[in-house]
Amino acid sequence: MIAIGFEGSANKLGIGIIEHNTESGVVNILANIRHTHVTPPGTGFLPRDTAVHHREHIIPVVKEALKTSNVQIKDIDVICYTKGPGMGAPLVSVAVVARTLALLWNKPIVGVNHCIGHIEMGREITKADNPVVLYVSGGNTQVIAYSEHRYRIFGETLDIAVGNCLDRFARILNLSNDPSPGYNIEQHAKKGKKFIELPYTVKGMDVSFSGILSNIETIKNEQSCSPEDLCFSLQETVFAMLVEITERAMAHIGSKEVLIVGGVGCNLRLQEMMAQMVEQRDGKVFATDERFCIDNGIMIAHAGLLAYRTGFITPLERSTCTQRFRTDEVYVAWRDAN
Amino acid sequence: MIENATLIKQGAEARIHTAPFLTRTAIVKERFSKAYRHPILDKKLTTRRVNQEARCLFKCRKSGVDTPALYFVDTENSTIYMEFVRGTIVKDLLVTNSVYIQNKVKQDELAKKIGIALAKVHEIDIIHGDLTTSNLMLRESNQSLVVIDFGLSYISSLPEDKAVDLYVLERAFLSTHPNSEEMFDYGDEREAWLDESTRL
Repeated sequence: MIAIGFEGSANKLGIGIIEHNTESGVVNILANIRHTHVTPPGTGFLPRDTAVHHREHIIPVVKEALKTSNVQIKDIDVICYTKGPGMGAPLVSVAVVARTLALLWNKPIVGVNHCIGHIEMGREITKADNPVVLYVSGGNTQVIAYSEHRYRIFGETLDIAVGNCLDRFARILNLSNDPSPGYNIEQHAKKGKKFIELPYTVKGMDVSFSGILSNIETIKNEQSCSPEDLCFSLQETVFAMLVEITERAMAHIGSKEVLIVGGVGCNLRLQEMMAQMVEQRDGKVFATDERFCIDNGIMIAHAGLLAYRTGFITPLERSTCTQRFRTDEVYVAWRDAN
Repeated sequence: MIENATLIKQGAEARIHTAPFLTRTAIVKERFSKAYRHPILDKKLTTRRVNQEARCLFKCRKSGVDTPALYFVDTENSTIYMEFVRGTIVKDLLVTNSVYIQNKVKQDELAKKIGIALAKVHEIDIIHGDLTTSNLMLRESNQSLVVIDFGLSYISSLPEDKAVDLYVLERAFLSTHPNSEEMFDYGDEREAWLDESTRL
């Protein structure tokens, strides 16, 4: 079975084509094309401009995906798109195209929860069986574990997402947004030496990042800290918080595996710290690289196809988008109860 | 090194031993350093948490909340010696004890005990910081609810901090014990609960 996935919940526009061999269980990635809306240093991406970007590029990207995959339109079984969560305007601009193509090609359509896309893609690529999932991106920060047909949220941010904290910090320092602010912070951090103390806020399995951001704004203006030291200290602090809540979740449910997904998940320092923690606990850490960590169409196609294979279809009149769509709202029919 | 210690649990950030302390058996909680954390951050967090834990344990005990009695604090080695409470963890109770799984009256009784204990904790402006069903126990001798692990506790009078504390507990319930929603449905109990907490 073949699915095409449409993703555009934030500044990444991604189209992916995936094939599931329903007999052998083998998954083939046929195309994974992405086009990113990059804004000048010191600025973030706004919903309206991002929607304009997606509208402008989606047709060429779809064509390129079809060409790369060598798949005929008639071979596609289902069209999957991101239903949410994400920014409203970009989500809608992509959903419109998915819906139109569904009518044009006469294919069923499946609305996918973006977070579930990340989790399922991570599980497929790394073959992690039943891990504690740390989902960290520009819009989400959650510690998740599976139980009884739902991905349950054990811990999450109480205010802004960790990626949002990093993005806004990059804006304060005027770092480049190309290829992503997080990547540039990571490169700067490698040269950082001095550790500057920042607020460290962990409440149970939840974290809070907003205080760090305002604190770093003050420090930057008051003291003479190099941008490298600031990047280094910020990474050490926020990642320590993330690793700590992940460890707490692991201890709480007695799991030995960790899977890191989401855009921030491709940060090697975070992966390294997680590995050090897991080593102390005698467990294993799974992570993916930039192709699958950062938002992409493949993960939407993959999660959508898993749902479609259990008989799930989104009726056209209900193929809407929503900015708020929690991970635990989705009934996971394709996995066993435990 | 702790003399004659037996490791009973390796938690997320501390090793829990049992060891003789004077004439009694004590729980010895030894915090260890985290390889992944920057040394400065690690030292700061460990020291702060040992102090806070000891302070909050003592303060709660003094105000009539059932917590393990504090025996001794070894700040040098980030170790706390406290009473060994004989009883059952609430998480195990709700997962394995068939009486609690099936009997709604028993569940309500337990929920009320938890509510009253937390009202007392919040009354003296202590925020537990890690309320999960793993950190609540029932004492074997008198079925009293014991609050344990004050490792992330701090003092604050802000209603928001108390609310977050309860929110963390509610989420821990819902994620660990699916179908426990009704334990959070205050209903008629709410009046009694509020009475209880204002009286304290």
